[in-house]
Amino acid sequence: MIDIPTTVRISFKALKRNKMRSALTMLGIIIGVGAVIAMIAVGAGAREKIASQISSMGSNLIMVLPGATTAGGVRMGSGTQPTLTLNDAEAIQKECPAVSEVAPILNGVAQVVHGSQNWATGVIGTTPGMLTVREWPLDSGRSFTQQDVRNATKVCLIGKTVVDNLFGDDDPIGKVVRIKKVPFTVIGVLSVKGQSPQGQDQDDAIHVPVTTAQKKLFGTAFPGMVRTIMVKAGSTGDLASAEKQIIELLRQRHHIGQKQENDFTVRNLTQAMQTAEQSANVMGLLLGSIASVSLLVGGIGIMNIMLVSVTERTREIGIRMAIGAKTWDIRLQFIIEAMTLSLIGGIAGIIAGISSSKLISMFAGWTTIVSPFSILLAFGFSGLVGIFFGFYPAYKASLLDPIEALRYE
Amino acid sequence: MTLIETREISKIYRTGSVELNALMNVSASIEAGEFVAVMGPSGSGKSTFMNILGCLDTPSSGQYFLEGNDVGNFDRDERAQIRNKKIGFVFQGFNLLPRTSALENVELPMLYNGLPSRDRRGRAAEALKNVGLSGREDSHPGQLSGGQQQRVAIARALVNNATIILADEPTGNLDTKTSAEVMELFTRLNTESHITIILVTHEQDIAAYSRRIIRFLDGRIISDEQSGRS
Repeated sequence: MIDIPTTVRISFKALKRNKMRSALTMLGIIIGVGAVIAMIAVGAGAREKIASQISSMGSNLIMVLPGATTAGGVRMGSGTQPTLTLNDAEAIQKECPAVSEVAPILNGVAQVVHGSQNWATGVIGTTPGMLTVREWPLDSGRSFTQQDVRNATKVCLIGKTVVDNLFGDDDPIGKVVRIKKVPFTVIGVLSVKGQSPQGQDQDDAIHVPVTTAQKKLFGTAFPGMVRTIMVKAGSTGDLASAEKQIIELLRQRHHIGQKQENDFTVRNLTQAMQTAEQSANVMGLLLGSIASVSLLVGGIGIMNIMLVSVTERTREIGIRMAIGAKTWDIRLQFIIEAMTLSLIGGIAGIIAGISSSKLISMFAGWTTIVSPFSILLAFGFSGLVGIFFGFYPAYKASLLDPIEALRYE
Repeated sequence: MTLIETREISKIYRTGSVELNALMNVSASIEAGEFVAVMGPSGSGKSTFMNILGCLDTPSSGQYFLEGNDVGNFDRDERAQIRNKKIGFVFQGFNLLPRTSALENVELPMLYNGLPSRDRRGRAAEALKNVGLSGREDSHPGQLSGGQQQRVAIARALVNNATIILADEPTGNLDTKTSAEVMELFTRLNTESHITIILVTHEQDIAAYSRRIIRFLDGRIISDEQSGRS
């Protein structure tokens, strides 16, 4: 069998002889590989962004919202009828086996004052379960307890944005803030969570015991009312059964007859986000496949130029055959030449792909992630393109009749 | 020892319904160490005969024995191997690779028998020295005279220790003086290294270097006689 390093050297020489032609042929592969890498990077970036939003929200999350009111035949949309209570939340916690944690929420906006600083922020009345449901650890201090909820203690956990606006660099633990003029002791600072999927700053909030919010801050239409109940299912597999159990329980608790509609809505947020993730996957796949079409076109360019090259070098092939080149010696020579073209193009394409991903992030502001896998994939694929599209010209060359080839002018 | 033996070989070319009998029942044998000239007008079948001897072509019928092996039935790759190991070709038009140094041209046959690159260099340089071209290793064919190019081709033919040189009008593109030099090189290889030389020529004075002349006409051997210097 032929000596591969020498053959590679021969192909480099042959390609250098026609610099312009080789460069143009490579350009097809460069664009193809570059496009594949950049498009996969855009797809992976979109996926990553959605995944990070999912995890910032908390995983396996179900929202229970109050139902819609109907006023004179006009239905008002979900949340308009206050039907959920703290007792509902406790019942869900106790009686739905697929549920691992529950956090009722009663929220509003209030002016918060500390010393000479004041700041309008979201005040969220909830239970200690909140931290588990949202997978939201504390940065410092401690959380409030069930005891605090039972006694409607005036303590609060504050987000980073609130800390920055009210305290600057001071340590807020143990300090007193006034929410709607009611003094609350700061007992903990929440870690930074960043933006919600809707783009809200989740760190611009104060968490207080739900009972305190009901009694001291916002008041309620009836005792124990909450605005929403957040539920964390035991696992992703439990989501569907948790949803079913919650619906059954609440229908029973709210005395809803067989034919009546629910006076609440159950929303599976994780599922919604997973759908978004899937559509991001599909988009990534679509972009990737469009890009691979250009790689295919680049491969056809290689095949074209290799066919020209075989014809031009008929006499050389004849000489090589006369002095003892076997069928596969000739084939390998041209396949290696095609692969040299496509692999050099592939390397340049990887550089082009990485830099265009960077440009896309810079100018379009999208997250792009160039994974080593996509680089390996693109490089391997360009090698395959060389073998695949180099094979036919090489095959054709190897079938030449040496006598005819030697006579070729 | 009988090196080459053909038994009743024929070659028929078919183009559509037309049949051309390029060779008809040619039997000949050549001993190792002979210096044979093959002569005859165009279309007499001498080139077809040479192509079959060189394993570039196969006979339509009959048998061709090379060193006792029936190589007429060998497949493509087996014939390539025979060409690589046993036969050296010298052509009228030199057939060197253009834009490739003399040394690399001579290395070429060794590329196809798997010799490592270090050994190839040394042997190629030695083969060039043997044909009197030391110092021209890096010259490209375009930078060499016709006679020098033909000597590179002879070095290439011999580098794999071929025992047979098949030369198709090796002096056809050369002037008289250079022709004489090339023919003297052939004579030296024949007498000193006992290489069997079979050459096709039109010219009587080139044939005169040989010791046996085989004449072809219309696909048959019409005469086969010892001659000249023997």
